[in-house]
Amino acid sequence: MITAERKPFDEILALVGDKKKILVAGCDTCVAICLTGGEKEAEVLASELRIKAEQDGTGAEVEHTAAIRQCEWEYLDMIADKVEAADIVVSMACGIGIQSMAEKFEPKLVVPAVDTNMLGMPQEHALWLERCGACGDCVIGETAGICPVVRCSKSLMNGPCGGSHDGKCEVTTPEKEDIECAWHLIWERLKAQGREELMIKNRPPKKWNLSSSGGPRKMVREEAKLV
Amino acid sequence: MTATEYKAGTNLEKILSEGKFAVTGECGPPKSADGSVIENKAKMLAGYVDAVNITDNQTAVVRISSIASGYTAMQNGVEPIVQMTCRDRNRLAMQADLLGAHTLGIHNCLCLTGDHLSFGNHPEARGVHDLDAINLIEMLRRMRDEKKFDCGEEMDVAPKFYIGCAENPFGDPFEFRAIRLKKKILAGADFMQTQCIFNIPKFKTWMEEVRAEGLHQEIKILAGITPLKGVGGARYMKNFVPGMDVPDEIVDRMAGVEKGPASHAEGKKLAVEMIKELAEIEGVAGVHIMAVEWEEAVPDIVEAAGLLPRPTVA
Repeated sequence: MITAERKPFDEILALVGDKKKILVAGCDTCVAICLTGGEKEAEVLASELRIKAEQDGTGAEVEHTAAIRQCEWEYLDMIADKVEAADIVVSMACGIGIQSMAEKFEPKLVVPAVDTNMLGMPQEHALWLERCGACGDCVIGETAGICPVVRCSKSLMNGPCGGSHDGKCEVTTPEKEDIECAWHLIWERLKAQGREELMIKNRPPKKWNLSSSGGPRKMVREEAKLV
Repeated sequence: MTATEYKAGTNLEKILSEGKFAVTGECGPPKSADGSVIENKAKMLAGYVDAVNITDNQTAVVRISSIASGYTAMQNGVEPIVQMTCRDRNRLAMQADLLGAHTLGIHNCLCLTGDHLSFGNHPEARGVHDLDAINLIEMLRRMRDEKKFDCGEEMDVAPKFYIGCAENPFGDPFEFRAIRLKKKILAGADFMQTQCIFNIPKFKTWMEEVRAEGLHQEIKILAGITPLKGVGGARYMKNFVPGMDVPDEIVDRMAGVEKGPASHAEGKKLAVEMIKELAEIEGVAGVHIMAVEWEEAVPDIVEAAGLLPRPTVA
């Protein structure tokens, strides 16, 4: 799932500026599951903005809403009235939802209230770990189902670097504690599968043009197109 | 102006600072370890230009590095302007290479974003783009003027560079182009070379915007010229080079002469006419002649344009 974290309140305030009719728009899909930008979180942010407006006497009115998915046109249609009545939309969706909102209601001012950060997995309650870099060239069939592109701090393709120690990555710090060495994990799992030979062979450089280095990506499913 | 007042003290900086009309050339390093290619090109240009751009993996094709080639050019009598793109190196590598270039005696640097990898011979490579050209200009200015690395740490000896940038007066959105130049000036660029100019009326329009903002007084503007060898090159640039504006009359003019010595002569004649016209535009401080793989045309063009001998500055 796509995960995001809410921006600091002061940063959101700066983005809102002196606008008087503010709509906080949540999204009830990914960002709701990671407890950042669903309808409940939109309601909380709207309350914070309302209190601030009253404290400062700005006279700003703050509403909130949520789309089932902010990244799809038909769900945006369902909240169109509220969006059109606002001077500014403070979106709590991921970067895709925020841009969909801005495109759908152009030139409406749409600003983000969250920082979209990763494609992560809920490891346990309230903990998400990065699992996929959407690199467009998946290698995990040969790396025991563990992605070296995002789980190795250096995106290495040929096993661990010299900084792997006791199963931990050298990037492990007090702030980023216990980062597992992806290649250590891969090695152990490949051994358990009896497939160590996959790590013995040298892998060629990765095709980064299939990732973001090739320019903005596009996917078309010809067979599914509606003529 | 005394030596201590120059930012870098290069020949190019002195010529432009004294208000003399500058001429720069361009030299592309080879796709092999054959350094003699640069030696020969440098010898061909020595005495005819004030400094020579040394391209940095131009069109995203691997070549001898611009700094190594710049050093070779310098050893062969030409002052180098090393180009540095943001495509292949992050800010650590760029700062390290800039410090290294300084220690080799190279003191002109042209800061560029770089052509996208998809145009080159390693399209699967990871594009770095840690900084953009404007970030690079500012980083280099802070290194030079504030003795600071990008992270803010101080250094004992600052690298001295005359800082260049490029601008395409024909890119879109057209009304943003003068603003983009202003951003580069604010970041710290000292001189600017334009993309090849073929559409002089449009360039004049752009220069009007530049003058209206007073930008020509804040940065030295060198107008870019590419001599055409024949109609094929004109058509290629018109149709396939991003951001290039080649008017039909130029293509027609080149199409009207026979390919070979006649078209070469016509291409040089056209370049000379354009240089003379560009030199008359207020705010144009010099020309940048990009004779891509046709460096031998440069001496004839510079001479015919009445730009010889090149000035010497103390």
